[in-house]
Amino acid sequence: MNMAFKKETFRDDYTFTNSPEAIRRFPFPFDKDEYMYSVNIEQHTKGVPGSVFENVIDLDEHYVAECEDRRITLEQDPDRCIALPHMMDAQWDMLELGMESLAQDFPEHFQLTKDGDKWHWINKPLGIDHTFIFGDLSTLPMEPFEFIGRQLQGDWVVMDQRDDDLFADMGIVTSQADWSLAFDAGMSFKEWHGPVPQANEMGIFERALKYLLHLQYGSPVRRLNWTMTVNPRLDTSPENYPVWGPDNVSVTADNVADKVFLRVELQTLFRLPRSNAMAFGIRGYLISVRDIATYPRWAKRLHRVMTNLHPDLSEYKGLTNYRQLVIDWLAPMDDGADIGEGTHPE
Amino acid sequence: MSVLNVTVANVEQITDVVKRFTFVQENGEALPKFSGGSHVVVSMNINGRTHRNPYSLMSSPANTESYQIAVRRQDNSRGGSVFMHEQVKPGTKLTITYPVNLFAINRLGKKHILVAGGIGITPFMSQIADLNRLGADYELHYAYRSAEHAAFRQELEALCGDRVHFYVEDDGSRIDFGDLLSHQPLGTHAYVCGPEPMVKLMLLTAKHLGWPSNHVHSEQFSAPPIGDEFTVILTESEKEIVVPGDMSMLEAMEEAGVDAPFLCRGGACGRCELEVVETDGALLHHDHYLSDAEKTAGNKILPCVSRAKCTRLVVNL
Repeated sequence: MNMAFKKETFRDDYTFTNSPEAIRRFPFPFDKDEYMYSVNIEQHTKGVPGSVFENVIDLDEHYVAECEDRRITLEQDPDRCIALPHMMDAQWDMLELGMESLAQDFPEHFQLTKDGDKWHWINKPLGIDHTFIFGDLSTLPMEPFEFIGRQLQGDWVVMDQRDDDLFADMGIVTSQADWSLAFDAGMSFKEWHGPVPQANEMGIFERALKYLLHLQYGSPVRRLNWTMTVNPRLDTSPENYPVWGPDNVSVTADNVADKVFLRVELQTLFRLPRSNAMAFGIRGYLISVRDIATYPRWAKRLHRVMTNLHPDLSEYKGLTNYRQLVIDWLAPMDDGADIGEGTHPE
Repeated sequence: MSVLNVTVANVEQITDVVKRFTFVQENGEALPKFSGGSHVVVSMNINGRTHRNPYSLMSSPANTESYQIAVRRQDNSRGGSVFMHEQVKPGTKLTITYPVNLFAINRLGKKHILVAGGIGITPFMSQIADLNRLGADYELHYAYRSAEHAAFRQELEALCGDRVHFYVEDDGSRIDFGDLLSHQPLGTHAYVCGPEPMVKLMLLTAKHLGWPSNHVHSEQFSAPPIGDEFTVILTESEKEIVVPGDMSMLEAMEEAGVDAPFLCRGGACGRCELEVVETDGALLHHDHYLSDAEKTAGNKILPCVSRAKCTRLVVNL
């Protein structure tokens, strides 16, 4: 892959943009005109070349800038990376998962060579070249999970499995859609999902948990989730609500297409081998409403999904202030024609 | 489900009835990493039928150049263990699943009491390797019938030092669960694997002494028992399948080309659970997964080990 990493920001002056290629490969989540939760989990096998499903951990033009944004957030708030003491095996498991998959899928950017437990890791985009002993903390500049976490796009929560439940006992979370790792750390699967409307009544979490408890090493799975956000900001955390919260009321009919972003999460789940823990990757992709409308099919679809959205979901996802503005901006592009099922752009 | 193609590298006769098998990956690569207490499901082709039996990994998770399992010969069973004993030699090729852990150490435990009976020692051997590496506090209590049945005694002494305690039934030595479980510090977890009466006794004793249920762990794999023939009707795939007396329901469905879910095949994990729509007879539950209330209610069944005494059983699949 020939990839030019962009220099751009996700705060202050918000210089983030998507190239035409990034728009085309955007993981558009709506395959029907109406959206409701479902257990939309599928095997995380190699997908269509060029798509965000092509590799185990996707890498795109925003990699360097996202890692820099994470560095800034961690500098301001080191508690965005938490690992409880019993998660040390899981820390090494994560380091292995990150390094092995990046080196295998993007050899022009990452290299991993092993001589027994002696590992040599090269990350060219971030300028890292480090030799260490796998399993020996003293040979890394920081704990293994933070070391690899700072070199991955997207957030990671790693859950310990015990008592037929999953506990959020480790995580690096700097680009979350308004939830807090410090608040959720140590919580069980059901406690963590308590606030989600509609889904509990549907028995979704019970089924999802049972499925996840049986997830096997070597057979990862994925699903898409989505929300919307104002400005291409990664750190929409409760901790920093005063910084970004007021933006929610800054949307107008004139700026809606450029200020409102669809935020899609590619969620992946991996059983980790040594720790038997479960890694939950939450990789966010941002696209402005204007860029979505590059493809008329997507503009029609988004217009219908927004129009039909259940009020509880609109409230939970925080769209209520600007949903109508999005609908109004898209309305002229929707001729009402049947566009069939599927998420494809054309 | 991802599977691994392995070659048998070594077979050792440990006691009269126990053999240890060493597997290496056919492609020469190391096998996947795993956590102590994991098992794999071994596929065997016996007279044209596929048998799949779960076996705990007993080798150290620190070395995955090979995996080791131990198999106790069970003469009065459907033939999986006899096949392993008689047909599987160095060089035999087998298919196994990726490791799955249904018997993991609780990493928050302050102390771990491991109780093994007979061949039930195997999952603890990989757990002990992890506990030693983590520097955890543990005790192993290992009961077996007689000196001739003392599988792995020397290895365990080398692995555990003075943390291991042996109980030889023929010498009149038994584990006193009441004593063992009444003197443990707060935060202790207890684990048992062995014959059913032993597992039940420990679970009951722990309950009686007021142990929190989530601090007591057990693993039991059942083998599918032989029973009467019956017909299973699958509503979604619209199939009628005869389950012969010497096949499990899951095996009969697989034989008929149905892609049914499974994981442990020993009635322990619940992955293969099916919803029972109706039957004209009685369900015969042999699993360790469903609660007594669920078994009585009769609307769920684990086809890997359970069957029915009926002419027809309708399930949602």
